[in-house]
Amino acid sequence: MPDTGSSALIEVRALTKIYRVGVETIHALRGLDLAITRNEMVAIMGSSGSGKSTLMNMLGCLDRPTGGTYLLNGRDVSRMGARELAQVRNEEIGFVFQSFELLPRQTALENVELPLVYAKGGWRGRRQRALAALDRVGLSKRVDHRPNQLSGGQRQRVAIARAILNNPSILLADEPTGNLDSQTTVEILALFRQLHKEGQTVVIVTHEDEVAAHCQRVVRLRDGRVLSDLPIEADSAGRHLPTVQAAFAATTSLGGGA
Amino acid sequence: MMNPLFWLQAISLAFSQIWANKSRAFLTALGIIVGVASTTAVIAALTGLKSKVLAEFESVGASKFFVFPDRPDNAPRNMYPWEKILLKPAEVRAIRDECTLVKAVTPITEVGLDVESGDKRIEGITVAGIWPDWHVVQNRFVEEGRPFTNIDIESERQVCLINSDAIVELDLPANPVGEAILIGGRRFLVVGIVETTQARFFGMNTSSAEIFIPFSVAEKMQERNFFMRIEGMFTNPELAEQGEDEVRFVLRRMRGLGPSDPQTFQVAAIDKFIEQFKALATGITAIAGGIVGISLLVGGIGIMNIMLVSVSERTREIGLRKAVGATPMAILLQFLLEAVTLCLVGGFVGIAIGRLAAFGLTRIPGAQLEQADVPFWAVVLSFVFSAVTGIVFGMFPAIKAARLDPIEALRHE
Repeated sequence: MPDTGSSALIEVRALTKIYRVGVETIHALRGLDLAITRNEMVAIMGSSGSGKSTLMNMLGCLDRPTGGTYLLNGRDVSRMGARELAQVRNEEIGFVFQSFELLPRQTALENVELPLVYAKGGWRGRRQRALAALDRVGLSKRVDHRPNQLSGGQRQRVAIARAILNNPSILLADEPTGNLDSQTTVEILALFRQLHKEGQTVVIVTHEDEVAAHCQRVVRLRDGRVLSDLPIEADSAGRHLPTVQAAFAATTSLGGGA
Repeated sequence: MMNPLFWLQAISLAFSQIWANKSRAFLTALGIIVGVASTTAVIAALTGLKSKVLAEFESVGASKFFVFPDRPDNAPRNMYPWEKILLKPAEVRAIRDECTLVKAVTPITEVGLDVESGDKRIEGITVAGIWPDWHVVQNRFVEEGRPFTNIDIESERQVCLINSDAIVELDLPANPVGEAILIGGRRFLVVGIVETTQARFFGMNTSSAEIFIPFSVAEKMQERNFFMRIEGMFTNPELAEQGEDEVRFVLRRMRGLGPSDPQTFQVAAIDKFIEQFKALATGITAIAGGIVGISLLVGGIGIMNIMLVSVSERTREIGLRKAVGATPMAILLQFLLEAVTLCLVGGFVGIAIGRLAAFGLTRIPGAQLEQADVPFWAVVLSFVFSAVTGIVFGMFPAIKAARLDPIEALRHE
């Protein structure tokens, strides 16, 4: 794991994104600034239309901004071409999606191996690496199961194993518990915290306070800008809920909120 | 560029896609299968026919030639009456005596006569008048007794050669040499048995009774202006063209034809027929190639269609692959490989069916296709064509997949 704790891993400056849908122009991001340092665990929150999905796509290098800069690990990724971006996604970003996005006909192990298919030197030691990742998410006994033989929580664990396989700079989760029951949600969030403890930088995009409560910091967006950016303290059990409610109260008093 | 794992998973994915959608893949590849199978069968049949016909030409002899009378094209009938252009015995003798490249030559004239032996009688059988060289030209020799000699010809002896079918039909003893039979009411002595060859041109001449008499005798038994043809053999098939020129020169001189006069006869060597036949076979093969082109076009459209369906069905998968780092090129290659695999599997099945059909052709009695076989080049060509079809028609869907926006793709329902 990277150990330069204080340097900015993600540095976003004056980020804008404009979509054109027919004759309409949508300003999804309107000059957003954000910095995330290594080994932070950050929740990005906001209502629909706040720009949080757009921001996630930018942070995940799935899309390019209209204006502004995005430095990832000191590299300007905001002007890269499709091929370079693909390589950055492969090496630096680990995605976790709400609906898992596992390939149905492949085993857990094969699903975890997927990023290596597109990695330089993905041939050597691929099995060991995939097994190690599955071990980290506690699924070493389910490697040969297909997605339909796994529970929702197990599927999301496979997806997380796939995301951390290449030791990415950021683990980027988009509503990772949106399709899970509350018991499993707690388990998956505990897994995120575990990975964070092991040094992984985690960014979770969510609209649930319950989820955000497990992070160290909550960034709220509104109308394509940062509305609030507040650290939250953990209680003895590692839960941050009361503080985030306070933060939530603070933001609503500012005249917004979900 | 792509690591081995990419190729491994792309190929296994291509096959697993086919396996997962077996009936759909089969229907999709049907165009390719039918195209390749029918072409393979046609090529097999042509190959069989070709080797059979060439073998028959070969058995006749590549150095063989024919001379027959021929009225010049567009010439008025009265200028070249038939009796004037008929071949004359003197002309055959001139060819025999003067053409250095002619190894053997014989006139052949056929008379329909009644043949009798005891109470057996064959009416209107073809009796051929020949020279002794006929055996060399036809590559058919005497099994029992002796062939004609020049003395037989010169003294116009009433001797004859018969084949085994004639022995049966005339109810003669097993070795009839020395027996006498009546041909056209005249008494002829059987001096030899001519061997019967099975391979006749395209199987048209079914073997039956054959009677041969000296040409000089047949001449006497014919009407005044009788028809004869000349068959001969050059010393060497390589010299067939010069040999033809020689024969032509002698005949033109005999007929007193000036340099500008049209030719009143035809000299044709077997090698010309072989070339004509080869050209015909090549033409038919080209047409078969055209048919495969059309069927692969149709098959290719089916492939394109199903690949477009596949791309749209797997949009989310494409989005995911892009999210974990697949470059547009990697996605393009994966879908292209899938289309090519589908086409190659179709081509493989098509070749298998074509081979089976070719085997079936060899079993059709009387079809003359016993030698039908799929040549190796046709197998290679079928695979190449199938692969090219996959690349050409898989390209558009593959480009479509490669260009998908990962965000849109992941949002796709």
